[in-house]
Amino acid sequence: MSFSDSVSASMKSGRDFQNRQEKLEKDATMNESDQAKSPKPSSLASVAKSHISRGNSARRLGTGLEAKGIHAWFGSNHVLADISLDFASGSVTALIGPSGCGKSTFIRTLNRMHEFIPTAAMAGEVLLDGKDIYAPGTDVTKIRLKVGMVFQKPNPFPSMTIGENVLSGLRLAQLKVENKDDLVEECLARAGLWSEVKDRLGEYGGALSGGQQQRLCIARSLAVSPHVLLMDEPCSALDPGSTLKIEDTIAELSETMTIIIVTHNMQQAARVSDYTAFFLSDGGPGEMVEYGKTTEIFSNPRDKRTENYVTGRFG
Amino acid sequence: MAITEKPSAGPAIPTRRVITTEPRLSDKVFRGIVTAGGLSSLIILGLIAIFLAYQGYEILVKEGTSFFTSSTWEVITDDVGEVQSYDFGLAAMLVGTVLCALIAVIVAVPVAVASALFMTFYAQGKIKAFLIAVVDLMAAFPSILFGFWGFFILMPKVEYWSLLINKYLGWIPLFSVDAKIFTRSPFLAGLVLAVMIIPITTAVAREVFDQTPLDRIQAAYALGATKWAMIRAVALPYGRGGVVGGAMLGLGRAMGETVAVYTVLNIVYQINWHVLFGAGGNVASLILLKFGEAKPLEIKGLMAAGLALFLLTLLVNLLADFIVARTGKKGR
Repeated sequence: MSFSDSVSASMKSGRDFQNRQEKLEKDATMNESDQAKSPKPSSLASVAKSHISRGNSARRLGTGLEAKGIHAWFGSNHVLADISLDFASGSVTALIGPSGCGKSTFIRTLNRMHEFIPTAAMAGEVLLDGKDIYAPGTDVTKIRLKVGMVFQKPNPFPSMTIGENVLSGLRLAQLKVENKDDLVEECLARAGLWSEVKDRLGEYGGALSGGQQQRLCIARSLAVSPHVLLMDEPCSALDPGSTLKIEDTIAELSETMTIIIVTHNMQQAARVSDYTAFFLSDGGPGEMVEYGKTTEIFSNPRDKRTENYVTGRFG
Repeated sequence: MAITEKPSAGPAIPTRRVITTEPRLSDKVFRGIVTAGGLSSLIILGLIAIFLAYQGYEILVKEGTSFFTSSTWEVITDDVGEVQSYDFGLAAMLVGTVLCALIAVIVAVPVAVASALFMTFYAQGKIKAFLIAVVDLMAAFPSILFGFWGFFILMPKVEYWSLLINKYLGWIPLFSVDAKIFTRSPFLAGLVLAVMIIPITTAVAREVFDQTPLDRIQAAYALGATKWAMIRAVALPYGRGGVVGGAMLGLGRAMGETVAVYTVLNIVYQINWHVLFGAGGNVASLILLKFGEAKPLEIKGLMAAGLALFLLTLLVNLLADFIVARTGKKGR
């Protein structure tokens, strides 16, 4: 990809030119810093600083999500130890860390998808709007309506058309809606897909490109108006152009909902998140090494291991 | 042609190369083995068809279309055993074959789908393994045992059910009867066949449901789906082809079934659409009934009947393939 290509791509995606150029320069410095012995943590930090913090919004849904002392096991294998995190309403939190450190496991405890794996167990509490989602007598399907999820691999329902995919959540949860066409348009527009698919809503979801499929999956989860959206490496299977579009979508969605995103792309964490949590496993169960404002994590990490990770020394 | 033409301008376009590969000996040998295996079933099937056609040819030519339209099956001999006249008609048996098989499939498929879904998505651990083993065992059960069970246990019950159906749904032509004879009816034979084909249909459907992509299942659950909603939105659309395939396998088995039908069905040489009425038949059980004491001439007639059954089965399977191709592929 030549420089001019990437510029035009960024113009198309609606990002401002300045930001994009900055990022490209930073990519260059990252590569240099890999070779040079002295790392420059400030390179990513400036990306993080360019992220504008938002004021309070009246449109916000719910009062956030709080995880208290989460442990997780697969059989006798203790994979996650004592994670406590408070996700404020309307914030974007990035979970970073090397593979196998328990990020995905953690995120899956937040909407009770963890329990689908046989032998999976957990301890601790997850409070959604102040109520424990693991409390006895809870209808798990109602929890998942409020805590939506976007997966690593785009997974639209291939037996449904694009329009049906957007409405699938309503159908699955047996919810009624007044005006379906308006809802389809609204969700697709918020996911940044409307202009690309508005004339082909009757086509099957599998006919879209990977990036479009992922945005369709985002639109699908928006249709049931969740308070919290979990994203498990949503861009890892996508090209840079689609990634940018999804990041724009995240920025827009965070006006109304709480977003928690697992990512291996530190640039992405710096670009989209308000807060960042760094997870690490040193052979034992995964632990949260550090949590703080994204600007802090990338510019002035308290823990040496965090610094090593965010500067690309390992992981 | 375009390849060999000389371009009028610009750089010369080279001729396209023939791309080949030289497989090594082991690969050739293996290829030979699997090709032989693949062709063997085709050859055996072809030989059987040729044999039946050769044997039944004479009767088919003499009877012409009346072989498929008339229902009489008789050979009249004189005192010394010389054939005086004969009339071979298969219409009643063909109708009976289709009727019994259809009843079987209609009854078996819902049960099979339900049990396949239960085994895939609800049963856990040891119960699941046990159920799978039982169903696989049942699929290999000798059909005469189903026939016995149908005769001794099911028949008295079915007679009563038939009475009820006839009483309350008798206004539907299919369920009306001319005389109140409910014993040994196509309905009973269909039920016995249904019990017989449930295992095979279940086994095939379960295999397919088992392969439902996990990411789609998770996507449904993550959207707040209940288990039933997930099954409807994900598992059933995915497994549709497998269910149809399993049903067709069952249908094929039901149409060709001999002993079980022979045990429970009253074989009457008359077309009977009233499923509750105690008269019917199917081609295979006719062959079984007549073969033991058939003279050479009648054997030829039975061979022709065999050919007819063979072609009917082929036709139904082709139809099934057509249906699967039309409905099964969409959106997988």
